[in-house]
Amino acid sequence: MTAPVTNPMASLDMTAPAIEASGVTKRFGAILALDRLDLVVPPGSIFGLLGPNGAGKTTTIRILTGLARPTSGSATVAGVEVGLDEPELRRRLGYLDQDPRFYGWMKGRELLELVGRLHGLAGSELRSRVAEMLARTGLADAADRRIGGYSGGMRQRLGIAQALLHRPQILFLDEPVSSLDPEGRRDLLELIAGLRGGATVVFSTHVLADVERICDRVAILDRGRLVTEGPLEDLLAAHARPIYRLVPAPGQSAAVGVLVDRLRAAPWTTDVSARDDLVRVTVSDPVAAAGGILPLVVAAGVILDAFERARPTLEDVFLELVGPAAADDLDGRGFIRPREVSDR
Amino acid sequence: MTGFAALLRKELLEQWRTTRLPVVATVFLLVGLSSPLLARFTPEIIKAIGGDQFQIVLPTPTAADAYDQLAKNLGQFGALIAVLLAMGSVATEKERGTAALILTKPAGRGAFLVAKLVAIATTLGISTAIAAAGAWFYTLVLFEPLPIAGFAAATILQWLALVAYAAITFVGSTLTRSALAAAGLGVAAFIVLGILGIVPAIGRYLPAGLGAPARGLALGQTGVDVLGPTIASVVLIGALVGLAWLAFRRQEL
Repeated sequence: MTAPVTNPMASLDMTAPAIEASGVTKRFGAILALDRLDLVVPPGSIFGLLGPNGAGKTTTIRILTGLARPTSGSATVAGVEVGLDEPELRRRLGYLDQDPRFYGWMKGRELLELVGRLHGLAGSELRSRVAEMLARTGLADAADRRIGGYSGGMRQRLGIAQALLHRPQILFLDEPVSSLDPEGRRDLLELIAGLRGGATVVFSTHVLADVERICDRVAILDRGRLVTEGPLEDLLAAHARPIYRLVPAPGQSAAVGVLVDRLRAAPWTTDVSARDDLVRVTVSDPVAAAGGILPLVVAAGVILDAFERARPTLEDVFLELVGPAAADDLDGRGFIRPREVSDR
Repeated sequence: MTGFAALLRKELLEQWRTTRLPVVATVFLLVGLSSPLLARFTPEIIKAIGGDQFQIVLPTPTAADAYDQLAKNLGQFGALIAVLLAMGSVATEKERGTAALILTKPAGRGAFLVAKLVAIATTLGISTAIAAAGAWFYTLVLFEPLPIAGFAAATILQWLALVAYAAITFVGSTLTRSALAAAGLGVAAFIVLGILGIVPAIGRYLPAGLGAPARGLALGQTGVDVLGPTIASVVLIGALVGLAWLAFRRQEL
């Protein structure tokens, strides 16, 4: 994906919500996969759906793309009521599955031509769009090879190409970077960011950093329920509490233990965690903490290599809203660990 | 039927690229060529096997025997191949996730189904035509020429019967996510229809009931009742496609 990123999407109706879901519930037998989801996605935004596996992200996308039927509730996408057999809905959206499947006997170019024809493209317009998407996704050299021989990353790129080919108003991407190498991941995130304002992108992921990097708005789902939704900056301002990070010099485990105990006893801390030579202090009163932390460090006899007030991150919002149990879902690198529950 | 033309193009390409069409056409050609040969040489084969120990008097084979052998072989091998072609057509796409790929595009579910059945019918049609051409030629060489127009009409009726068996299996493939279950339904339906076919009042309107008028046409007989059985099979195929659509349009993918 080396070609320059442009924004070729169809012009959007900026007056109506791109997506509106009202009380959408989905049950699989006794399992409540989605619990009365209300959602409004403004047009032109890049909307991140965040949550661990089993949170309901994929179920939400499957319902909005017409692949699954809600048990109750209703939703519209680009003004069209979602339904299982609704070609008009599909005309307006692009979709990439988290594990895109294709016909192994087909060539990459043929797949894109098929998708283009289904969207009503023909002749020179079809050929030029196909060539453009093959170039944008770095698949031009593999276009006439059978898809059965593609690597996982190439299939993911082909999935992105087929989702963007017809310049959809709304693009649903379910874990789009999961099979990509770091370079492919960066390129795809740039490509998605390049769509801002021209198309609405709904982007599910368990990688917090990706959401922070490209999304304007974020919805956090947990166990089928919408925990919060809003502009990223608003969520950070409302929910991320000030955090101080202390990095003790090595070999002071006993003194660090004393420091952690004293910090936990301070009235202005809400959470103190120590792991991998890092002490992370979440505070309720930043002014009191600014004056109180260093005296406690000195009193405990701890020598610090680093001390900083960290910018609140989505990880902090996630921990704050999903609760202390969510800390077990984070793997320390900003990834949400999969749970044992299927996301479908 | 949104997207039908694009989907049919894909289905026909798939029939060719996955070698279904060439393989089925070759099998049918062998069936077509071998049928008159078997009819012609069966008495001599039996005589050779039996030697001087048995005195079996068999009538001299005729062109009608060649046609009967063809009809029997197509009715058995052909029906089995029709079931094999249809068994995975929808079930496999649902299981592998490729149905979801297509049906998140502006393609109607009816178009998705009809394109598949038309492609299967095309493969069966080309293959049946090849079998018939081979059988007609060898009948000419070994016996006598059969009327071309009547033979062609009979071939169309044989093809229609095969499409009906494919359509029954196709419904099974739509209802389940298992190609094996679909095949089971197709074979079960084949057996049930065979049993029902014993009842003359019902049998002539079932797919197997097309055999009698087809034979009459192939042998140049006059006054053959073609219309009733043909309409019945066409209606049956249409009803099966409708049933498949009604089930499929409500399925989650």
